[in-house]
Amino acid sequence: MKSRTNSVLEPHLEVSFEELKHLVSERAIKGETMVLNMGPQHPSTHGVLRLLLELDGETIVRCNPDIGFLHTGIEKNMEVKRYEQAIVMTDRMDYLNTLGNNLGFVLTIEKLIDIDVPKRAQVIRVILAELQRIASHLIFLASHALDLAAQSVFLYCFREREIILDIFEMCSGARMMTSYFRPGGLWRDIPEEFEGAVREFIEMFPSRIQQYEDLLTKNPLYIDRTRGIGSISREDALRWGLSGPALRAAGEPFDLRRAVPYSGYERYDFEIPVGSQGDTYDRYYMRIAEMRQSLRIIHQAMDKLPGGPWRSDNRKFVPPPRSELGRSMEAVIHHFKLWTEGFPAPEGAVYVGVESPRGELGCYLVGDGGPYPYRVHFQTPSFSNLQVLPVLAEGCLVADLVAIISSLDPILGDVDR
Amino acid sequence: MESFRKQITVVVDRDTIVSACEILRDTSDLAYNRLASVTAVDYWPKEPRFAVIYQLFSIPKAEYLRMSVPLQGNDAILPTIEGLYANANWLEREVFDMFGITFTGHSDLRRILMPHEWEGHPLRKDYPLGVEEIQFSFNFDEIDRKKHYPKE
Repeated sequence: MKSRTNSVLEPHLEVSFEELKHLVSERAIKGETMVLNMGPQHPSTHGVLRLLLELDGETIVRCNPDIGFLHTGIEKNMEVKRYEQAIVMTDRMDYLNTLGNNLGFVLTIEKLIDIDVPKRAQVIRVILAELQRIASHLIFLASHALDLAAQSVFLYCFREREIILDIFEMCSGARMMTSYFRPGGLWRDIPEEFEGAVREFIEMFPSRIQQYEDLLTKNPLYIDRTRGIGSISREDALRWGLSGPALRAAGEPFDLRRAVPYSGYERYDFEIPVGSQGDTYDRYYMRIAEMRQSLRIIHQAMDKLPGGPWRSDNRKFVPPPRSELGRSMEAVIHHFKLWTEGFPAPEGAVYVGVESPRGELGCYLVGDGGPYPYRVHFQTPSFSNLQVLPVLAEGCLVADLVAIISSLDPILGDVDR
Repeated sequence: MESFRKQITVVVDRDTIVSACEILRDTSDLAYNRLASVTAVDYWPKEPRFAVIYQLFSIPKAEYLRMSVPLQGNDAILPTIEGLYANANWLEREVFDMFGITFTGHSDLRRILMPHEWEGHPLRKDYPLGVEEIQFSFNFDEIDRKKHYPKE
């Protein structure tokens, strides 16, 4: 029973109509509603997200996300990479949260091999992870505002993000693909000019947040486009396993930095912003509030940045400093062993969740006694949050769908991995 | 029940996984109200070949709990927990796509990341990690000959 009106359901020859029939309602099959393809090259889908929309006029009856266009098999590839080599791939998952991904993966390895991290490295990790959170929220704000046709916010946000990326370049040598955190500490110590650059940024940034807020928070045009659009209740948000700003916007104060502190987050004083209505506006406002909280954390961390080692001295897992190589035979042996065969991790499995800008980034790691991970699984926040899109979009207008997608802030590299 | 690095894994039989999840979610002093992750591990050629891993989180208790369901390689079927945690829908689809483990009662068990017509399940250990040799000018003709699809 093939109908000509539904040709958009059959982009490939191999897919039969019967297999995908359940994605649309009976009305679409009768031809009363229209099935429309959106993406994967649509500018407002933030990457390669394809949506199969069933429309009644301009109202969305059903919305089916189709993902996998950016699937690069990172989990499979990691199984043939040593632990240290695999860190590089975490940068490529959520490319707006590279240091956060590094942190999640590195913490999981450290849990598996049971190694302590010096205080200084922990504090630097917190500073950089929070800067990364601000940078990621800036991209959210930029693209969210641009989708709602506010172009100037886009330009302002990218201006400030560039300052953060310069700080990353200062530390790691790369603006985006950082790979800066390593098992046991950092790749290298932060440079001298780091402290001045961060202090300058945190002095300047509060007024910039105020500027973005002046443009959007009380803007009646913006409120009209976002208030009450794509709402979800607290119970539904929990049932759908949302996390991050999307869950907090619905009123559940769940933040892994507070719930299961890692990297010394329990020593910082910060609040968890919580929304009330769980709509697009609340999701926007959560991120504005979170940027302010991140600044608070960075302030505290900068004030108590301790001196001392920035890398563990457990030579079985962490390479010795360059300066030792000329003097100590033992150091040469450790260096050679680590860079030729890597370190063996014990048999066992661990799961560590960290709070990425988008929500819970979980890493499940299975070791088999050798230098290669037996299995790595990343439970990425974009993947978990994106599947609630059909629930949020139902009954909305197509124009609102654009606002809803950007308010969930999916990164397709993170969705597909 | 196993413990490693202070993380607890409960090994659950596939017939009891749904009722186990229900008890863990609905008992008020457990309250595992969030399904954080579903994944699988392939221990090929050992048997039982697969382990499906569920990661639950209790927001009131701020605690993780891991459940592992062992499955035989020739009988990789288990019931879905979609009715308890709605987000299991995509998580189980991913496990189905990557490992070929079937979830009975699932509302929409299709491939999610791989193309619809793909053969095999990439994260299985007997699925080879393929490479495509890069075509430079020195090996251009050699690689062109090996191509089994029409040459450009």
